[in-house]
Amino acid sequence: MSILDSKIPEGPIDQKWTNHKNQMKLVAPNNRPKIDVIVIGTGLAGASAAASLGEMGYNVKSFCFQDSPRRAHSIAAQGGINAAKNYQNDGDSTYRLFYDTIKGGDYRSRESNVYRLAEVSANIIDQCVAQGVPFAREYGGLLDNRSFGGVQVRRTFYAAGQTGQQLLLGAYSALSRQIGLGRVKMYNRHEMMDIVKLDGKARGIIARNLVSGKLERHSAHAVVIASGGYGNVYFLSTNAMGSNVSAAWKIHKKGALFANPCYVQIHPTCIPVHGTNQSKLTLMSESLRNSGRIWVPKKKEDADAIRNGKLKPTQIAEDDRDYYLERRYPAFGNLVPRDVASRAAKERCDEGFGIEANDTNEGVYLDFASEIKSKGKQVAYAQGDHNPNEETSIRLGKKWVEEKYGNLFQMYQQITAENPYETPMKIYPAVHYTMGGVWVDYNLQSTIPGCFVAGEANFSDHGANRLGASALMQGLADGYFVLPYTIANYLSNEIRTGEISTESKEFEKAEMDVAESISKLMNVKGNKSVDHFHKRLGLIMWNKVGMSRSEAGLKSAIEEIKGLRDEFYNDVFIPGESNEMNAELEKALRVADLLELGQLMAVDALNRNESCGGHFREEYQDDEGETLRDDKKFKYVSAWEYKDGEATNSALHKEDLKYEAIKIAERNYK
Amino acid sequence: MASKFINVTLKVWRQKNADSKGNIETYQLSKVSTDSSFLEMLDQLNEQLINEKQAPVAFDHDCREGICGSCSLYIDGRAHGPQTQTTTCQLHMRSFNDGDTIYIEPWRSKAFPIIKDLVVDRSAFDRVQQSGGFVSVNTSGNTMDANAIPIPKADADNAFNAATCIGCGACVASCKNSSAMLFVGAKVSQYALLPQGKVEANKRVQNMVRQMDEEGFGNCTNTGACEVECPKGISLENIARMNREFLKSNLTSEK
Repeated sequence: MSILDSKIPEGPIDQKWTNHKNQMKLVAPNNRPKIDVIVIGTGLAGASAAASLGEMGYNVKSFCFQDSPRRAHSIAAQGGINAAKNYQNDGDSTYRLFYDTIKGGDYRSRESNVYRLAEVSANIIDQCVAQGVPFAREYGGLLDNRSFGGVQVRRTFYAAGQTGQQLLLGAYSALSRQIGLGRVKMYNRHEMMDIVKLDGKARGIIARNLVSGKLERHSAHAVVIASGGYGNVYFLSTNAMGSNVSAAWKIHKKGALFANPCYVQIHPTCIPVHGTNQSKLTLMSESLRNSGRIWVPKKKEDADAIRNGKLKPTQIAEDDRDYYLERRYPAFGNLVPRDVASRAAKERCDEGFGIEANDTNEGVYLDFASEIKSKGKQVAYAQGDHNPNEETSIRLGKKWVEEKYGNLFQMYQQITAENPYETPMKIYPAVHYTMGGVWVDYNLQSTIPGCFVAGEANFSDHGANRLGASALMQGLADGYFVLPYTIANYLSNEIRTGEISTESKEFEKAEMDVAESISKLMNVKGNKSVDHFHKRLGLIMWNKVGMSRSEAGLKSAIEEIKGLRDEFYNDVFIPGESNEMNAELEKALRVADLLELGQLMAVDALNRNESCGGHFREEYQDDEGETLRDDKKFKYVSAWEYKDGEATNSALHKEDLKYEAIKIAERNYK
Repeated sequence: MASKFINVTLKVWRQKNADSKGNIETYQLSKVSTDSSFLEMLDQLNEQLINEKQAPVAFDHDCREGICGSCSLYIDGRAHGPQTQTTTCQLHMRSFNDGDTIYIEPWRSKAFPIIKDLVVDRSAFDRVQQSGGFVSVNTSGNTMDANAIPIPKADADNAFNAATCIGCGACVASCKNSSAMLFVGAKVSQYALLPQGKVEANKRVQNMVRQMDEEGFGNCTNTGACEVECPKGISLENIARMNREFLKSNLTSEK
């Protein structure tokens, strides 16, 4: 048998989790204070796990690199969180949420995990409301819902355009309560540098205090990694500047398999790149595609004229516009899933129809003019004006749009200095989320015993493409409702272990290795900044391991990254010392890991000779440019085992995906 | 976007660590794109300093979308710079002119000690939150259905408006008394407005105010600078509500 044992419980899909919960072992309340658990990261998954484990009575140590746990990047999620509550009476159910998620993921996720996610989704909303999370409500006082891409029900709960913030502050409040009670010890401004294994089990970490630069040893009976995704391998992404792969990558190098690294979500509606000094990209919520129509000019000369400032988009006649999503996907139109919308934008720009006056001409329009007119007419009608003139319609329509999307329009104007009520928004796809991550079994345990992985850091629930409003759901499901059970099952064997000393030779060696890797970087004393290398890595990744991949491109990316990594270790310059607050050193340590991960992503993409979800191989498309999946050969999870040296040496393990509750089918949005 | 380039003179607070004395240093920065954000301008300065083998300026930042609350910076004497309801990361260089001299300082408050350069320690806010900024509910699959208690839309909306605070500390930095009452008032208000928070309301406001005082934040004298400079536009009404809650708890708590 493969080293991959997914430990999926027996029984029908809707009883697996219940049966498993009934059968898992427990740790008695009086034994829990004898057990230590380390949690890395304080986003939705990490904060909810740490708070819940603290409430249960374990000794929890929680780590975040930010100055406060409240700042983890879950905070930036805009749109909402899905839950199968069926409050809107539109036929929603656990099964439907499960089905939509599997289909949205292009049949590349594990059925049992996704079903459990759908099953606990309703509990999340109950829990958050009990914590005082101020979700949007209707006038009757009950919770409001909205709709998101790829589904036919309204199951998304939200708090204006700041759902992630409100959910994270809810989890942070629960975590704060446990810190105040002394059940959780919080380590702000600390970064995990490596995991420590004793007799093959995860037994602690080496952390760096980012204020003093001191290395610290922390022991525990189990370690939870909830450190988020790796989108920053592209340098430009919607991730926070500090988001990184290091915790996940360190455990990968110590034996945890890394699954599906090539599955990356490129979000179709972000503000385009403006120049070489740009540090990050900003998302414009998916909800805008309910009201905006996406287009580029039909004629190349018009696109040229727009880029040169000789024409304005509003001067292009209706007949000269190509509403390419409506043209290609009449059934779903502008509301096709994210991967499909992104590829279609790239196709038009590659053909020379891009409208943005930046280095790459990459940008398309998201136009609200039609919606403003038609909604304005409706509002006028409702007010008794059955034949409004155009001016009235536009005035009322703008007001309608403002009520619905005001904060997003304001943010767009702040960044671009253009008024989206008057001229269409310019948008372009950008890296947003990573579906791949550390391989975990049904219990969210990695292939290192005692090392659990939750939230975006694991690979488990979204297959090859994530649906909108499902990331928040997964983070909180893992932390509140899955880990507390499954980790107890593991810890039930640890009640006799006693406190774990940090004086062992394993801890000493791990600390020495970390110190060595730091001094290696400090001592390069080259001539180029860390960002210089990070930006170059980002360009390789974006051009060759981005929205569209080819065999030749991937092969050259693998070589180029190798060359870049050698150059990095020969020519990077890190000012200052390692025993002080040193942001450049922090960046260098993260980029060193990204330079290894990027290569593995390319290796994985090269291995997957099919197109599915966010992974598009140019060789595998039909005549109309749609993805060609190959279920015969690739209906499996690629789980990579680290071998010393190059990612090209990594060993591939396959977890076959079995579909028993859902019939596997073509994913069609036409 | 039609970008323009400007040259600026920067006067930046430099301080090696908490124990050393700081001072203002002057830097010339040229060819700054007006499409850059303020923090991208600082990235450009740091790239220049690194290329000259000098120590880059330390500053807190993370999401760069105006929501995480990491970025701070006192710019030309104002928290988060000249634009209202805008965090430093969302401030763009088109708000400045060619040839401008820009002063950049850290938050200044006893309760927010400087760690390095422009980085301050805001963990006092975390401790205030830990003293009572929560509803005491454990994780459970069976709390009660989320729609079991209807909440009037106006209350939910007001609670939400209070809850949009990003914990950046601009209110403290802007206040002549270094008062944290807008921050604490917003948290107290969020819970006081919701039925779920009412059970513990008395204890919460007492504990949070006590912790706030222990951290060394000053008192409120109704100047209102905090509301003006708050990047999220948190209303002064939240301070008034906290004072009412505090008074009420003094009269009604069972000691």
